[in-house]
Amino acid sequence: MPNTLLTHVESKHLRASPLSFQVGDLVDVHCRIVEGEKERIQIFSGTVIARRGTGLNATFTVRRIVNNEGVERIFPLHSPKIEKLEVKRQSKVRRAKLYYLRERTGKATRLKEGDPIVPADAPAAQEIPVSLATTATPKATLPVEPPAPVGPETSTNSATAATSQVTLPTEAPADTGT
Amino acid sequence: MSDNGTSTLFAAILGRKVGMTRVYDQAGTVVPVTVVQAGPCVVTQVKTQDGKDGYNAVQLGFEDVKERRSTKPIVGHCQKTGHTAPKRFFREIRLPAKPVLTAGSMVDVSNFESVKWVDVIGTSKGKGFQGVMKRWNFGGQPASHGTERKHRSPGSIGGGQGTRGHGRAIKKGKKMAGHLGMERVTTRNLALVGVDKQKNLLLIRGTVPGANGGLVFVRRAKTMAEPAAK
Repeated sequence: MPNTLLTHVESKHLRASPLSFQVGDLVDVHCRIVEGEKERIQIFSGTVIARRGTGLNATFTVRRIVNNEGVERIFPLHSPKIEKLEVKRQSKVRRAKLYYLRERTGKATRLKEGDPIVPADAPAAQEIPVSLATTATPKATLPVEPPAPVGPETSTNSATAATSQVTLPTEAPADTGT
Repeated sequence: MSDNGTSTLFAAILGRKVGMTRVYDQAGTVVPVTVVQAGPCVVTQVKTQDGKDGYNAVQLGFEDVKERRSTKPIVGHCQKTGHTAPKRFFREIRLPAKPVLTAGSMVDVSNFESVKWVDVIGTSKGKGFQGVMKRWNFGGQPASHGTERKHRSPGSIGGGQGTRGHGRAIKKGKKMAGHLGMERVTTRNLALVGVDKQKNLLLIRGTVPGANGGLVFVRRAKTMAEPAAK
């Protein structure tokens, strides 16, 4: 909850660098285990089937199959007992919670392979609206205001945003085509 | 237990319940805590056995209010201590010996730094008029076997003459439906997890009576022995 005093208390316990992973990922969770005096690391590897909560209350659920028996562990995201988390494989999933995996076994639990582990396709995603805007501006803006195709991305973007509202009734099929 | 009113051992304060969250202890396990914003409080009055009051106590005032929102008696009472701002809440703490604290001295969460266990007193959330199942955990009546419209009723409340000493009347204190909550509740022996002196916060393990924002009184636990080292 956005209570400043509570967030102040929680901030001291938050993980310094956030764990980055998504639902559907195959992960190795390195957990600290204390046995008497000794401390060792145990790895729990499985599929992340759910993430929930915000702030310090956030948890995630990892599911794996051990001896033909489904095992799920719920980890607090900010637990200091989690030494690190490795993403072994990303998956393409269309749900935030993969509870449907509980009813499936064997091959049916496979998930579509997602992007490679280090995603670097952020700029590519940005370019699409820009090219769309530049191609759309000559057609759309000409009837309304001639000095529209200025060049820089920011101005054309704003111009298309303004003109698209005006030209929608006449140029609707062309807009959807692009 | 051993509150003798010296500033080092005295641990009692007024505060407001902020809400609940969780923290991690040194072993990395999750500890559910209630955050209480406590103090700083002013000692508004000191009572002594030798004085006209006849018993030892200190009175704490908490939370400033505007003078025009207060009453003249309260304003005058607070001015005697040297702190001009009138207070919203006052509570008196009985002490076993003559208090060392003097009127006008401040009490804040740093008094709790060596404290391990606390008692918390608050006013529980009001639940309104409730039946016996919710109010007294009665079992109610069977769901079936011919029970009609009596599933949550208390059943018999005592025979006419059989109730010893209460012939032809319902026993006093018989558990029945009625108002639940909105009463003083003391939760004892809660572990004090942390003290934040900058923000005047106490982190108390577990739940504390009342709604968020409610007034609570926190004191050193009365029945829990403090560790001998401290």
